[in-house]
Amino acid sequence: MENILEVKNITKIFGFNTGNAVKMLKSGSDKNQIFKKLGVTVGADNVSFDVQKGEIFVLIGLSGSGKSTLIRCLNMLYRPTSGKVLFNGKDVCKFDKKELRKFRRNNISMVFQHFGLISNRTVMGNVIYGLEVKGVEKQIREAKAKEMISMVGLDGWENYSISSLSGGMRQRVGIARALANNPDVLLMDEPFSALDPIVRRDMQFELLKIQKLVQKTIVFITHDINEAFKLGDRVAIMKDGKVIQVGSPEDILENPADSYVEEFVKDIDKTKILCARHVMVVPSAFVKPGDGPHVALKEMKANGVSSVYVVGGNMRLIGLLTLDGAMRARNGEVSMEEAIIKEIPITELDVTLQDLLPVAAEAKYPIAVTNEQGQLIGIVTKASVLSSLAG
Amino acid sequence: MNFDWITQFPDTFKLNINDSIDQFVNNLNRNFEGFFDIIKNIVLSFLNAIGFVVNLIPWWLFVIIIFVLGWKSSKKIHKGIIYAAFLLLIGILGLWELMYLTLIIVIASVLISLLFGLPIGILVSSNKKAFAIVRPVLDAMQTMPSFVYLIPAVMFFGLGKVPAVIATIIYAIPPVIRLTSHAINQVDKEMVEAGQSFGSTRLQLLTKIKLPQALSTIMTGVNQTMMMAVSMVVTCSMIGASGLGEEVLIGINRLEIGRGFTAGISIVIIAVIMDRLTQGWFNKEKLAKGEGA
Repeated sequence: MENILEVKNITKIFGFNTGNAVKMLKSGSDKNQIFKKLGVTVGADNVSFDVQKGEIFVLIGLSGSGKSTLIRCLNMLYRPTSGKVLFNGKDVCKFDKKELRKFRRNNISMVFQHFGLISNRTVMGNVIYGLEVKGVEKQIREAKAKEMISMVGLDGWENYSISSLSGGMRQRVGIARALANNPDVLLMDEPFSALDPIVRRDMQFELLKIQKLVQKTIVFITHDINEAFKLGDRVAIMKDGKVIQVGSPEDILENPADSYVEEFVKDIDKTKILCARHVMVVPSAFVKPGDGPHVALKEMKANGVSSVYVVGGNMRLIGLLTLDGAMRARNGEVSMEEAIIKEIPITELDVTLQDLLPVAAEAKYPIAVTNEQGQLIGIVTKASVLSSLAG
Repeated sequence: MNFDWITQFPDTFKLNINDSIDQFVNNLNRNFEGFFDIIKNIVLSFLNAIGFVVNLIPWWLFVIIIFVLGWKSSKKIHKGIIYAAFLLLIGILGLWELMYLTLIIVIASVLISLLFGLPIGILVSSNKKAFAIVRPVLDAMQTMPSFVYLIPAVMFFGLGKVPAVIATIIYAIPPVIRLTSHAINQVDKEMVEAGQSFGSTRLQLLTKIKLPQALSTIMTGVNQTMMMAVSMVVTCSMIGASGLGEEVLIGINRLEIGRGFTAGISIVIIAVIMDRLTQGWFNKEKLAKGEGA
């Protein structure tokens, strides 16, 4: 994937005496120590990450962790104290006034936590704003704005004042306004934090829907870990102005970088993130259809399990043989063929635990995980599901 | 040893600068006579122009205008009637011509105050250095007793309407500057950031976002400036500005209580009508913006 934004060693310090603060940072002091000593605030501390074209990149952290500062460094609302922001390889920090205006007008736009809508303008007046300052002709900009307003589902609200809209609708206006310029990158600074939970869920869904249509690169800020993992292709976790870990939601869940991240992701609803592939174990015991009941019983005994999978050539899953079935086959009550249970729960690698849980609750046997070729890759037992949720 | 300096401020530390200030003002007057003459002429012709326009309006038309403005600005017809009736009262009291004289000075002072005050307010809001310079000057202008600058105004511009206008401006300009700069700084931070993030130029940011947002507070400043200009009327009559203020002054000097009282009431009426008309107008603005009454 090609990187559209590259953030390299960004440090942002608010206040005077930034030189000394930089020195203190270099010598290993943290944000709180510097604030006590110099009275300056470190917003971002030597942060680096890349944003790939077309992805939703989520920055998450508690309030005061520097995420809002960082996102404002991407469009130079805040000028970084040091470091580089590369947009398609060009350093945004080195842009002069005119280049920066051009960059903001054409390449990057922003959605704000409290919407940042201009209250003396109508919905239409807000959505055309970006095009208006760019000098786009009135008819064209209004047509474009109308298209955006309809995309966010506000048809017919063009001439209403902002004060007559609900919070969710206001943020839809914010999104329409940001998209009207047809930017390459969309910055979203906690866009749904000011909304109530139900509206927030709708808006998350709406955003994913819009993203499917427009295919933008989105840098999204939130303090809600569930929101981050739901929306993010990749997530960066921030603490005290530093990025501690960048990775896909599954990566972070599986391999938290430190105890802070572990603590952070504790509250996550893991059933929505983890898939069969994360909780499955490699089956320890399996037999071939040609093997007799004696072999099967020996396998079970050796592995201390009460059932074995029967796999054909190339590990293709055929069925399950239980202890009871194997005994009856040995005693000659049924044939080996009849003893193999064919109707067993099967799932695929990318099925989330959320969908897997009801199956696991009902199933008498472990769930077999197969790939597209029907090969047995692993098994999911009730115990493995539970232990993955507890951990 | 003499220990008087413990209980009394020591004479050796005393410095008399009163004479040097007198000297300075005299020199200023002498050396910049031409400059002050130019200002005087500009203000005078401005006053004459306003006087010309005001005098074009016959008394009945003026009453009708106030009625209509009062009605339209408040959307209540009885308010228009009340304002018009009060205005008629001034005529009935025999002070119509004097009211015109007063109005001309007030209008000229307010217009010049706004002409300078609004741009200064805008400049101060975005420039910390300008703010650091202007703020103490405004503090001085607002707290300095007006009699103190009345005398230099007379020295530079002679007696009459021009020094009255200058003194009124000094007294009335601070609120419009302060409230304009305050209003612009109070504009919602995210709204300004939004404007910047879409690549607005500074001028676009000012005209498309900051000023429309700040308008109602700026109008409060304009209103304050008007009120303060009206309240200077009596003070200015001491340096020869004719009009209602002069009547009050004469009334006091000659102990003609009635004369002073009727003129005083007329000034109050002018002030109240100006206040209500401007407030009615910007409350309507606020309603249109959806901020509620």
